[in-house]
Amino acid sequence: MGKSCEIKLLGAAPSHFVNRVQFVLNLKSIEYEFIDENLNCKSELLLTSNPVHKKVPVLIHANKPPILESLIIIEYLDEVYHDIHPILPSDPLERAHNRFWANYIDTKYFALFEELRRTPGQEGKKEVKKQLDEASELLEEVFVKSSNGKAYFGGDDVGYIDVVLGCFLAWIKFVEKLNKFKIFDEVRTPKLLEWTNRIWSHEALKDAICGSEALTNHYAMLQIKKP
Amino acid sequence: MAEEVKLHSFRGSPYGCRVEIALNIKGIKYDFIQEDLNNKSPDLLKYNPVYKKIPVLVHNGNPISESVVIVEYIDDAWKGAPIMPVDAYEKARARFWAKFIDEKFIPAIFKAFVSHGEEQDILEANEQLQFLENELKVKGNKFFGGDNINLVDICAGYIAFWAGAAEEALGIEVVTRDKFPKLTEWCHNYTNCQVVKDNLPPRESLVAYYKWLFGKE
Repeated sequence: MGKSCEIKLLGAAPSHFVNRVQFVLNLKSIEYEFIDENLNCKSELLLTSNPVHKKVPVLIHANKPPILESLIIIEYLDEVYHDIHPILPSDPLERAHNRFWANYIDTKYFALFEELRRTPGQEGKKEVKKQLDEASELLEEVFVKSSNGKAYFGGDDVGYIDVVLGCFLAWIKFVEKLNKFKIFDEVRTPKLLEWTNRIWSHEALKDAICGSEALTNHYAMLQIKKP
Repeated sequence: MAEEVKLHSFRGSPYGCRVEIALNIKGIKYDFIQEDLNNKSPDLLKYNPVYKKIPVLVHNGNPISESVVIVEYIDDAWKGAPIMPVDAYEKARARFWAKFIDEKFIPAIFKAFVSHGEEQDILEANEQLQFLENELKVKGNKFFGGDNINLVDICAGYIAFWAGAAEEALGIEVVTRDKFPKLTEWCHNYTNCQVVKDNLPPRESLVAYYKWLFGKE
């Protein structure tokens, strides 16, 4: 247990990038100190730890220099704590597929949600929703192939893509409510819909995600800062 | 079973070149399949339906896309000289710089080329370069990977060869070389590595291509 008290995580509750690191720390039963950052007034520690991007999450492990970028932090934790709940598979081809899809979710898929937010008017939003539907159907195929009939993208247990997409769910649910539509549904993405219910009630995830009030405030801030 | 390794790419692509360098580091024999980017092969579209881009590595019929994902796959799948550091922390650091190069640096320098050297664009590209210069200074090594090249060197290869070709095509200087002595030295060391030298495209054709691409005929 000596390793487990040496971890500090600089983060902010509404960030799903931060949440995913928390999810992994919880899955691996690693204790950590959470340092809540005010993203409107970043601390000296954050600015010196991440001078390139000035962003959360930042992981500080013992006396090592900080580790940055959520996916990189997750791979680091997975390697150091490899014997507790492995996140990435050991097979090189499966690892490559996991990395490819995590990257897809973080770039293409996430960008569509940003586009949705920034597109004014119902007609415009409808067009973006069409693209989102196509992307969600693609992820349904990925789920079917990856899970191979089991509960998660990772198989019997939560894996890399489960962590990446699972933590994004809080934001997805917020967007669904705001726009009065469904991202995942019984017709287009039945397996993913079942998966969302499953992962949403996972013990290790519950602690990692923030409530809707924080998301509402975060959304409002984004509308002002990045309209 | 005989191993089958194919690479769908385009001669001159910096991203395709990353994969070729990685394959060479491991001594892997492969078939190079030149793609016409205006008329992509049915195989390429089948192997990379999401992005429809090169490079795609096909290993025993299994396709892998995205250059950094491919390079890490090559390191995972084959023994031989390592491409990633062994230490978990150093791996994280290498991945960070590879991501920085792809998400921050290359878009910034590309913007400067597209604008034919707008002052603000050059400034921004140089700001990103400074981070890489500092990294080399701090480590004090020949390469980002130490005595040998690693993932970061492979990704930063763009600076060593492609940037210079684009500058020549446009008759501008974007990488203000006297500001970056460590990087300038690194460029020379990198392009002189055998595995790199063997895979660089002919400079003249690249300059001609960039003249066309950036609209400077």
